[in-house]
Amino acid sequence: MAFCHLQNTTMTEASIDFFRSNKPDLYNHPDFYLMDELLTDEHKLIRQSVRDWVKKELSPIIEDVAQKAIFPMHIIKGLADIGAFGPQLPAEYGCGGLDYISYGIIMQELERCDSGVRSTASVQGSLVMYPIYKFASEAQKRKYLPKLAKGELMGCFGLTEPNHGSNPAGMTTNFRDAGDGKNVILNGAKMWISNSPFADIAVVWAKNEAGKIKGIVVERGMEGFTTPETHNKWSLRTSATGELVFNDVKVPIENIFPDVEGLKGPLTCLNSARYGISWGALGAAMDCYDTALRYAKERQQFGRPIAGFQLQQKKLAEMITEITKAQLLVWRLGILMNEGRATPAQISMAKRNNVALALDVAREARQILGGMGITGEYPIMRHMMNLESVVTYEGTHDIHLLILGMEITGENAFM
Amino acid sequence: MKILVCISNVPDTTTKITFTDNNTKFNKTGVQFIINPYDELALTRALEITEKLGGTVTTVTVGLIDAEPSIRKALAIGANDSVRINADPIDAFFVAEQIAEFAKSENFDLILTGREGIDYNSGQVCGLLGEFLNITSVNIISKIEMEEGIATMERDIDGGKEKLSCKFPFVASAQKELAEPRIPNMRGIMAARTKPLKVIEASNSLNTSETIGFELPAAKGGVKLISVEETAKLIDLLHNEAKII
Repeated sequence: MAFCHLQNTTMTEASIDFFRSNKPDLYNHPDFYLMDELLTDEHKLIRQSVRDWVKKELSPIIEDVAQKAIFPMHIIKGLADIGAFGPQLPAEYGCGGLDYISYGIIMQELERCDSGVRSTASVQGSLVMYPIYKFASEAQKRKYLPKLAKGELMGCFGLTEPNHGSNPAGMTTNFRDAGDGKNVILNGAKMWISNSPFADIAVVWAKNEAGKIKGIVVERGMEGFTTPETHNKWSLRTSATGELVFNDVKVPIENIFPDVEGLKGPLTCLNSARYGISWGALGAAMDCYDTALRYAKERQQFGRPIAGFQLQQKKLAEMITEITKAQLLVWRLGILMNEGRATPAQISMAKRNNVALALDVAREARQILGGMGITGEYPIMRHMMNLESVVTYEGTHDIHLLILGMEITGENAFM
Repeated sequence: MKILVCISNVPDTTTKITFTDNNTKFNKTGVQFIINPYDELALTRALEITEKLGGTVTTVTVGLIDAEPSIRKALAIGANDSVRINADPIDAFFVAEQIAEFAKSENFDLILTGREGIDYNSGQVCGLLGEFLNITSVNIISKIEMEEGIATMERDIDGGKEKLSCKFPFVASAQKELAEPRIPNMRGIMAARTKPLKVIEASNSLNTSETIGFELPAAKGGVKLISVEETAKLIDLLHNEAKII
């Protein structure tokens, strides 16, 4: 059985059986401003296909997966088939060749079900495949990208360290020349790494002897490289999180990305991932709203549906207002991404706004469901707990505010 | 093996039905359209057959340009090419007539339809195609296996199943158990971009029917609860109010 916390797990092992719920997944996305008219037929086909897959393969097991806190390895092939891994990268490397709106839609449909599953896909597509596509040599691209797109190889991304989270420039993970003309020696540790317990490769950011940050691909099996799992999370329980520990790991020089130096490398990847999160977190908000609206129409108190009471209507009306604004935000950002014009600060605004609104919507939706909102019968509490990670990772809520603040004032308030 | 699958573009099953033009036209505003689910089963089974034995799957749809998203989905699921006959699908006779006109020169070994459209539920296209093309038609099949030049099928009959065989070419209509529908994957969606979707104009029709009006069923009334002691009242209500005994 493939428990992700076992070392040396491979993609080919049989997966654990999860309980399949018979409860139908009735989700339909709210579209108050007729945003669908801004999408192409292909966007809508992609959305429907991912939604159909999620409803068939993911929704029935997601609650059990979250309760057991075990990553469902068997969904990797399905995720690859629906295009969750690097759909925005070119088809010549076995990727989707789709636009950024399609990428956002896929992330939204996944996170509508669960942020942990979306995180697995985000890491693979934006933090592993994207830097390889952007910065690696042609040989590395051909070696890794087609297999990563198919889910035959899984990857993780190592930037955050135990003592360097919001300040990645202070990282201490480093490599030095091995003296054999072929290898470098990598030392250090990375923390809070999604997919690390089962990843076959890790894109690691470390300083060279000149103190410059470089990207380097480390493969599972290299001597001195271990990936201990982080247990007891109350959030993202459907995704595997762990550390990356490098103890004199010998890595071939050709595994170093030749074309990038400094924080620009990791920050470029984070822009792509944060863009996906801004769509994804909105998906979680839409699922909470959809659930709460349905519940409010059905739940009777004082002889009529609670949807008829003003305080519940206030919650629901404010939710759909914020969701609609966020839908417009990500759609426009998607167009700017397609045109290569989106700035990091614009992406920060969308990530920060949409995750915060998703948390607010989740909390209000939980109130509408009363005690039922606490249970695993409904997705809301799981979304809420997941979003506590999402509001922290890939730039915290506060850091994104500082990025925005610096953009509009020209003043750096980080230090 | 050359298979033709007939695809209808129908309203999603959860659609709220309303009419316009003095109840003579279905109101399409805001309605989500899908591939007719029985047609999707026919398409899936056709693909399974050609994947095993080789061959091609063509789809044909009688519909206006708004049917193209469903046709692209059929291509994304795996059809090799599609034909759209550019006309509003007025009724089963018209649809069958148009498909027959296209199919008669194409030499398909097998034509599959759904058992019925989930919109108007006439269930006639399969039989009419058999008539127009002068080939055998087999209605409501739940299983089909192909061998050299011959197919064996199962069809549901009242209280049991009938097994039968049929030589090519013939037309059959798909029932629920025929296949498990496929969700298009990303590769399929990308491939669908470049697969041929040919649009041909409708031929002259002999169709003579015209819809005079539609009517929705009466809204469901409230539920009356009768206690177990009051059987006489129950019988009275069933007799005089519900009028079913």
